[in-house]
Amino acid sequence: MIRLNRRGFIAGAGAAATLPMLAGRASAADPVKIGYIYVGPVDDGGWTTSHERGRQQMIKALGGKIVSQYVDNVPESPDAANVLSDLANQGCKLIYATSFGFMEPAMKVAGDFPDVNFEICTGFKSAPNVSNYNGRFHEGRAVCGTIAGHLSKKGVGGYLGTFPVPEVVAGINAFTLAARKVNPKFTTKVVWINTWFDPAKEGDAARALGDAGVDVMTQHTDSPAAVQYCQSKGIPTFGQDNDQAQFGPDVVKTSTVLEWGDYYTRRAQAMIDGSYKPADMYEGIKEGLVQMAPLNPNLPADVAADANKTIAGWKDGSYDVFAGPIKDNQGNLKVPEGSKLSYGDILGINWLVEGVEGTLPS
Amino acid sequence: MSIDYLIAILITVVGASTPILLAGLGELVAEKSGVLNLGVEGMMLVGAIAGFATVDLTGSPWLAVVVAAAAGAAVSMIFAVLTLTLSSNQVATGLALTIFGTGLSALVGKPFTGRGIKAFTTLFPDWLANDRFGRAIFSYSPLVYFSFIMVGVVWWFLNRTRPGLILRAVGENDLSAHSIGYSVIGVRYAAVAFGGAMAGIGGAAFPLILTPLWAEGLTGGRGWIAIALVVFAGWRPLRLLAGAYLFGLLSTLELYAKASGSIYTAILPSEAWAALPYIATIVVLAVISASKAGAGNAPQCLGKPFVASG
Repeated sequence: MIRLNRRGFIAGAGAAATLPMLAGRASAADPVKIGYIYVGPVDDGGWTTSHERGRQQMIKALGGKIVSQYVDNVPESPDAANVLSDLANQGCKLIYATSFGFMEPAMKVAGDFPDVNFEICTGFKSAPNVSNYNGRFHEGRAVCGTIAGHLSKKGVGGYLGTFPVPEVVAGINAFTLAARKVNPKFTTKVVWINTWFDPAKEGDAARALGDAGVDVMTQHTDSPAAVQYCQSKGIPTFGQDNDQAQFGPDVVKTSTVLEWGDYYTRRAQAMIDGSYKPADMYEGIKEGLVQMAPLNPNLPADVAADANKTIAGWKDGSYDVFAGPIKDNQGNLKVPEGSKLSYGDILGINWLVEGVEGTLPS
Repeated sequence: MSIDYLIAILITVVGASTPILLAGLGELVAEKSGVLNLGVEGMMLVGAIAGFATVDLTGSPWLAVVVAAAAGAAVSMIFAVLTLTLSSNQVATGLALTIFGTGLSALVGKPFTGRGIKAFTTLFPDWLANDRFGRAIFSYSPLVYFSFIMVGVVWWFLNRTRPGLILRAVGENDLSAHSIGYSVIGVRYAAVAFGGAMAGIGGAAFPLILTPLWAEGLTGGRGWIAIALVVFAGWRPLRLLAGAYLFGLLSTLELYAKASGSIYTAILPSEAWAALPYIATIVVLAVISASKAGAGNAPQCLGKPFVASG
């Protein structure tokens, strides 16, 4: 901005008549400023790392045409609104709020800055300058569940839940349904820990599940603490958001990897072209937003084949973990034979499928 | 509920309680000398990254404990110079130390994220540490035994030694201690350094025994719990031990109750389980402050800057 002002000043001093034209051209080439807020540290090795990787990919792809900045460790509280306003005041024209808990603050700030576009990751509210974007993470969970169904001898899996929001509930349901396709007696124990990131608590919760007798585990939390516990006990597990095999080389059978870079690049390019329009996005394995890390070579061949079949099924549309009949864990038929949950249903899901122990915290 | 399950719960409780006990003991000694250091969380994080980095680079967890203690003590000296020599406000300076420690650890920790280390293994041979019952006593990392020893050492030092008496005198009445020739500032420097070293070791307990990884904000606010526990314990080391384990027990029980499934919701809804540690803290604090020996036990000069006159 400073450079632009100086250039404008010199141009004005040199040839006042051409100033409007010059200034117009300068602002057309003015890089688009894009801001991000993150719920955790950029190096959490999970969720926030995946968004930061996507941001970096966008910067690499678009170079000088954009300027980007982020604020990490933003609390999911009204304080987030101050951070968002600050980014908007600094000239960001597109701002990503990368966690569900930022939805309300982002909606509020979006009202204050009608000419700034906001995108909320895993949000669901809409406004003229607000888009929601989300991944069909449950597709990856279904692949993990398929493997879990094969590997669990007792048929009891553990799941480290964070908050009972639809994204997490859909993951638990997909994991359980996929495992029950392999082993109809499979059940899932869920521990809700009410935080996205607290490695010590994540580790303790993983211990609690291990001691309660689960012999396969997965987690929706952001650090690799649970994976490390599983490695120490030899419990098969799965990474999330990033390939977490390095933390559990023997036990991580695959990871659900989120690649936001392509989406961030497309949206930024649209801003540069002037073709940007607020729109909701919900992509999965088929589009490449959700990817599976390489399967662990220690998986038995038939298990690996079944996992690959599930991945291929998501890609060609022949597999859908949320195809009926599906009962909830109170015994009510929620999805009849022949129908399936729509994307809208999945984005608002607030019930647990048959096989999941316990109830949702309200 | 089998005996094996109870032992498993105990082992998790010990792990959850040890860092707050270590850091709390250090803060207790500092407060006994009259210094309120709210920088515990920051010092723990500095200790955590120092410990992690040492293991990552040298492979020695023992050296890591020493380095973590030194790092914690070193950052506590910034606080000491500001508050003791320059008489700045202890509350504000302590908060600043937490912010500084959080940022410093994140900066130093950058190259260490995404790496795993080998956790601090047990002191005892496998046949004891892996025994069905033996593991309840012998399966812990050396830091756990150290924390128990330090409870005894701190109690003995404060109540049975002359330097301990002087330290308490400085905390109770700095002017009197000064007038009979004790170095108030010198004693407080030493107490703050001890607090820093213990917070550093408490922080290092995270990567060394709980989660063998480094991540920004690894300690998750437990430094604040340690500070609260010192008040909760009425500045007594044995009560601090009880408080740390009560907190560890309640926060662990919540997770085990959830993991064992339907039994727990029959007793209490899950939100109540999550609130239990905090409810218990408030109840105990209320009981303590109602009793004569409780909150009145606070060192008289706690948080007051000392300026020698004449």
